[in-house]
Amino acid sequence: MSIFLDEATRVCVQGITGRDGSFHTRAMVEYGTNVVAGVTPGKGGQEMDGIPVFNTVREAVDATNANATIIFVPAKFAAGAAMEAVESGAKLVVVVSEGVPTLDVAKIYKRAKELGVRMIGPNCPGIISPGKSKLGIMPGSIHSQGGIGVVSRSGTLTYEVVDSLGRAGMGQSSVIGIGGDPIIGTNFIDALEAFEKDHETEAVVLIGEIGGTDEEQAAEFIKAKMTKPVVSFIAGRTAPPGKRMGHAGAIIAGGKGTAQEKMDALAAAGVPVADRPSEIPGLLKTALGR
Amino acid sequence: MKIHEYQARGILSEYGVPIPRFEVVDDPGDARRVAEEIGRMVVVKAQVHVGGRGKAGGVKLAKTPDEAEKHATAILGMDIKGLTVERVMVADAVDIESEYYVGIVVDRATKRPVYMVSAAGGVDIEEVAATTPERIHKHPVDPDKGLSTAEAQELAAKLDTRPHVVRDIAVVVEKLYDAFTGSDASLAEINPLVVTPDEQVWAIDAKINIDDNALFRHPDIEAMRDPSGETDDLRRAREMGLSYVKLEGDVGCIVNGAGLAMTTMDVIKYYGGEPANFLDIGGSSSPEKMQTAIDIITSDPNVKSILINIFGGITRCDDVARGLVAALKERSVGLPLVVRLTGTNAEEAGQILAEHEMKSAETMDEAVEKVVELARRQA
Repeated sequence: MSIFLDEATRVCVQGITGRDGSFHTRAMVEYGTNVVAGVTPGKGGQEMDGIPVFNTVREAVDATNANATIIFVPAKFAAGAAMEAVESGAKLVVVVSEGVPTLDVAKIYKRAKELGVRMIGPNCPGIISPGKSKLGIMPGSIHSQGGIGVVSRSGTLTYEVVDSLGRAGMGQSSVIGIGGDPIIGTNFIDALEAFEKDHETEAVVLIGEIGGTDEEQAAEFIKAKMTKPVVSFIAGRTAPPGKRMGHAGAIIAGGKGTAQEKMDALAAAGVPVADRPSEIPGLLKTALGR
Repeated sequence: MKIHEYQARGILSEYGVPIPRFEVVDDPGDARRVAEEIGRMVVVKAQVHVGGRGKAGGVKLAKTPDEAEKHATAILGMDIKGLTVERVMVADAVDIESEYYVGIVVDRATKRPVYMVSAAGGVDIEEVAATTPERIHKHPVDPDKGLSTAEAQELAAKLDTRPHVVRDIAVVVEKLYDAFTGSDASLAEINPLVVTPDEQVWAIDAKINIDDNALFRHPDIEAMRDPSGETDDLRRAREMGLSYVKLEGDVGCIVNGAGLAMTTMDVIKYYGGEPANFLDIGGSSSPEKMQTAIDIITSDPNVKSILINIFGGITRCDDVARGLVAALKERSVGLPLVVRLTGTNAEEAGQILAEHEMKSAETMDEAVEKVVELARRQA
């Protein structure tokens, strides 16, 4: 098992003929992802590496039975592409594109909820279920199949943590980057809930950062509902207040959203918090009694 | 993006929110003229992007045109938290009977715009939220349907009981929501919304922050950007699509991804160093980005060593390596440099580095320990 994505997932790539879209389509195919279709408006009927290209996502879904789609289109067109994806019949929509207007995301999220579509992102690296399928931009080679679930607000920091897990011989069930924007389709609690139910997952790593109160809410959920061990890392303990650290959500405002508050909330829920990413495997081994 | 109070007033006014008469001037003589035209008590307010203008002496009431000119002379050129006041707003100071708060923010938890109203207006709303949260009424808004007239009336009724005042406030509540969505704001607030002794409703102080992601479809708002207070480094970083925050330490760092960039700072601190900056080169990389990043870091005189920490995903390590090599070719950095490139196209990057007698560190811990040690030796 794994969460949200496995070898049966049939993938459509929106923006397949673009620079990033084509590069990452090849990387996904190489990893073993079942990419069945691509979409670039105006290029319907063409092929990319033998993958049929369609003008719309609905056409792609109808013709190929794609049930998941990943979006690589530029920011200006990403909201339109995401709404099209949500309404196409695909049940999993990963929005890699960054710079999508927040009020558009609010509308897309609402529609996704109504239609029972799982949206991941925007502004996220996507999801990988190692050994099965990769729906995202993460380097596949650092991942290995195993029992650790990883959920993170960051992209590259997730790779760092996965790299540490790999060095310690700990494979992953699924690794999901939920994105750093103010409104995102899948949050910590959604992923924790899925990992708790997933038979392959033995323990979960939660990677948070300053800003907002998502980690605090996750801590409450862990305390109330999780039976599997969770360990954590929070980025930004040296970040100054009032300065936005890259992500729109990563800002300590009005004295709220500090790393310390989050670490305290997690510790109070019995979640060990690492000082550095490289400490995570050790904490996991202790939590799993190995 | 932050905009000035007078610009926020302008936007609200366009959407039909009642705003007392005002003008923005950069000359004390003009302040006198505006005060004369208004013909009653005015308020003179500094227009800078910082909070606490009143405490700093940047907001003054003037009973006469003489006083308005005098206050404008004092406030123009004033330094408020490192920013020089270049413009003041001169506005009709309406008489105040009641002060309320109305505001809208994008809420992460409900994933919707949330309306907040409070009868405790005219004071810092964060203070109200911390001490008497029950005095703030919150209402999530359906992003498709928007705010209905009935919802606006319900919110207004939390603030006042006089039927025609409630009706006038409800109109402001609705129009503020229109302004919020129409300008793609992440925050829009009126504090205070006042009722005068003759029961008129006016929006006095307005604040609007714009969602950076939506600026591409608001060129008129993008044109409101005030570059004063933005240093040369910050402007260059923004124009190149880099996120840069200058800090006080001496270990410079160039990283891809906000989370990893913050973590790199944290790990520098863990090993006894002090980060000189936060710098995220963002997603898709180009050699130019790396060159600009190096230029910005090396122009900070505090920096004693530099770490380049890249975990390639959508960023390709070979692009980064090429940018680095090009930057170094142009001129010597003159500072010890530690490189760690791993992930997408790391092998190609390794070859490029090897051709120029450089080598990537294996892990982040190894790279950070080394760069902190190098900064220490330079000290």
